[in-house]
Amino acid sequence: MIIATNVSKKFGSLQALNNLSVTCNKGECIALIGPNGSGKTTFIKTILGMVVCDSGFITFNGTNINNNWQYRSGIGYMPQIGRYPENMTIGQVFDMMKDIRKASVVLPYDEDLIRNFNLNNLLNKRMRTLSGGTKQKVSAALAFMFNPDVLILDEPTAGLDPVSSEILKEKILLEKSKGKLILISSHILSELDDLVTQVIYMQDGALCFHKTIEQLQADTGENKLAKAIAQVMQQ
Amino acid sequence: MKKVIKYVIIDILRNKIMLGYTLFLFILSMSIFSLEDNAAKGLLGLLNIILIIVPLVSLIFSTIYVYNSAEFIELLVSQPLQRKTIWMSLFTGLASSMMLAFLAGAGIPVLIYQPDATGFMMILIGELLSVIFVAIALLAAVKTRDKAKGIGAAILLWLYFSLLFDGFILFLLFQFSDYPIEKIMVGVSMLNPIDLGRILILLKMDISAMMGYTGAIFKDFFGTGTGMSLSFLVLIVWIVLPLALSVRNFKRKDL
Repeated sequence: MIIATNVSKKFGSLQALNNLSVTCNKGECIALIGPNGSGKTTFIKTILGMVVCDSGFITFNGTNINNNWQYRSGIGYMPQIGRYPENMTIGQVFDMMKDIRKASVVLPYDEDLIRNFNLNNLLNKRMRTLSGGTKQKVSAALAFMFNPDVLILDEPTAGLDPVSSEILKEKILLEKSKGKLILISSHILSELDDLVTQVIYMQDGALCFHKTIEQLQADTGENKLAKAIAQVMQQ
Repeated sequence: MKKVIKYVIIDILRNKIMLGYTLFLFILSMSIFSLEDNAAKGLLGLLNIILIIVPLVSLIFSTIYVYNSAEFIELLVSQPLQRKTIWMSLFTGLASSMMLAFLAGAGIPVLIYQPDATGFMMILIGELLSVIFVAIALLAAVKTRDKAKGIGAAILLWLYFSLLFDGFILFLLFQFSDYPIEKIMVGVSMLNPIDLGRILILLKMDISAMMGYTGAIFKDFFGTGTGMSLSFLVLIVWIVLPLALSVRNFKRKDL
């Protein structure tokens, strides 16, 4: 579904992505793992077209994403740090996004997360008054709202309280069972255990390995993802 | 595109600076017109202030607005929207609110006190200058990532267009005063939209005689239909060129 071929990106002298080639297919739930600054977020942003890669290309459902924008209607994106117009209220942000995306969406809107996070009570709050966690909830609700085929979640549970992150995890599992492609980048490996089917491990902008979780367990002899990755990192 | 413009305009109209700018222009124009017993003299006084204020506010407000909308732009870019659409909506929203503010603030008093060809010319030039400097501001804002640098660049651009350029012209005039450079001056004045606007209005006021021989040359050129349409064409180019460059830059920008 998403195929990246030899993608490279430099920020000044920093090689953020180095000849990265990855294939992600429908129905997979992929964990994007790597040390800080290994290029996970840059990779996610190149998929979304927010960062334009220097060389290589990415295709989405067979079409090159370069100079294409319609493909983004099939993606729900939850950024690492949600940044929203400060003067708008939560309700206005939701309405605006519905207004922008209504042409390409399968109705009805998926408002499970708005309900479960109790965001309905906060609809009149301005974005600038929100705590980091509430902003994360808004980002999550927006990512799932339009029933996209692909979900890209950049550190989804960072900043969420345990109850909320449990709600979010259940929602991810539900969407996974519908056969959607889900990309999660996270540092909290213990949370990924029961979610992901595959692991992409990145280091210094390059792909170290892309394995299914069973294969990773077989290769390292560890059952838990956290321990398996720790063993990989020590090597 | 319409949807994004709607949200940009709502956001700008909620901004108190826009309201303050309109009120400031209104009070300024009203007081200048009521101080002078001759409306034409009032218009001349207003002209000099407007040629300084309008570019300054257009440039600085638009630059700051673009930087403050960084979150909004980032949010939109990850949605199924064309980058060109986002940027053009931002431009259209800014330009139309600037034009609206000028029309309400300075346009109404001018229409009350001087509703003739000169007054209309003044309003037209004010509107064009508002849009031109929004386009230049967008270019400055997209080129520099750093907010302080971007606003600094905008202030420098304003200084250049309203002060330094005139100094440069004076220098040219004195250095080459022995040569017939009046015709070249017509060409050089095209390089600055503020000067172009000033010349167009002054010629409509019929006081070009005060500008000496250069004034006569200007009258010869800008007074004709061709010269007039050419100058308006140049003013349009001053909108289109910075805008096209900024769109090109924005399409490749990493967010």
